[in-house]
Amino acid sequence: MAEKTAHPATRDIREDPSAGTAGSGPAGAGAAGKPEAAVVRDALGVGVAVGLSGFAFGVTSAGAGLTLLQTCALSLLVFTGASQFALVGALAGGGNPFTAAAGAFFLGTRNAFYGLRLSQLLALPRPVKPFAAQWVIDETTAVALAQPDRRSARLGFTVTGLTLYVLWNLTTLLGALGAEAIGDTAAWGLDAAGPAVFLALLAPMLRTATERATAGIAVVLGLGLLPVLPAGVPVLVAALAAPAVLWARGRRAGKRPEQDEETAR
Amino acid sequence: MNALNTTQVWIAIGLTVAGCYLVKLAGLLVPAQTLERPLVQRLAALLPVALLAALTAQQTFATGTSLTVDARAAGVAAAALALVLRAPFLVVVGAAVAVTAGVRALGG
Repeated sequence: MAEKTAHPATRDIREDPSAGTAGSGPAGAGAAGKPEAAVVRDALGVGVAVGLSGFAFGVTSAGAGLTLLQTCALSLLVFTGASQFALVGALAGGGNPFTAAAGAFFLGTRNAFYGLRLSQLLALPRPVKPFAAQWVIDETTAVALAQPDRRSARLGFTVTGLTLYVLWNLTTLLGALGAEAIGDTAAWGLDAAGPAVFLALLAPMLRTATERATAGIAVVLGLGLLPVLPAGVPVLVAALAAPAVLWARGRRAGKRPEQDEETAR
Repeated sequence: MNALNTTQVWIAIGLTVAGCYLVKLAGLLVPAQTLERPLVQRLAALLPVALLAALTAQQTFATGTSLTVDARAAGVAAAALALVLRAPFLVVVGAAVAVTAGVRALGG
């Protein structure tokens, strides 16, 4: 459950970590006094498009062998798409529950950074936070950060969150029921939905040499270690590509700070 | 459909639910400066890149613990092409599914 609309949020967080003014998203400039209807339209657009991809999750999860209840529990309670796809993929691949959950958890950690931004931007009352937390995901962050002021941001966050939550769960249920009805999901090519979703999430992130190097190393580790390590473990080892590349970049930057800065942008 | 151990699946679901909810909540609750360190931010941005790349590759080429090139590879290649052409999310996934099914139907 994430698509290209997730960019503004991730870009904002990644390239501008020092800026304390969340809310200066891409649509912020020149959009002062944005009418409510426009905010709702943006939010609904994102919510509908991505919510529908819950169908792919429902099919993938049922095809992986999870029951209807398990599939729906994931969408209702986890509600962060990449983690859900990762979990069912790991379980289907024979991973034990702990390595499977660890991979899903690490994918979910980015939401903590979205929450940090949203916390400043939305200024939620403390009692509301435990409820709002479940909606802190790629899309709600992207829409909220793109709004020019706090009121629009709150509206955007709420409408996107609600639309996505309802649709994601509804389409998960339909997908799981559909998969049960058609039986052999592989014959319909539905086992390709999972990796396609991952690729669609990944593609917009591959902006600089740093991301591409990380992805390349992770692919080599993930595939190379697959035959030799227990199921689920290779993905976790592949995650080490991230700190490794940062470390290598940091060393290079230490030697040639300006040049590296130039190439990294 | 594989036969998964129900208890194990529920354990995995429980852990994932708790873990994913707590990191979301942590972002809203912790003081800003805790996570505002540039290195932590960069790592957080790069971690999904590594995980998604590894997962894409594995789910495309893994059959159990061995590597194979089958219809999925064609499907994911179609998805990559759709992404290059800036197709919407659902078209990307749809292309992967359709091409994989097509190649299988042709005996690939």
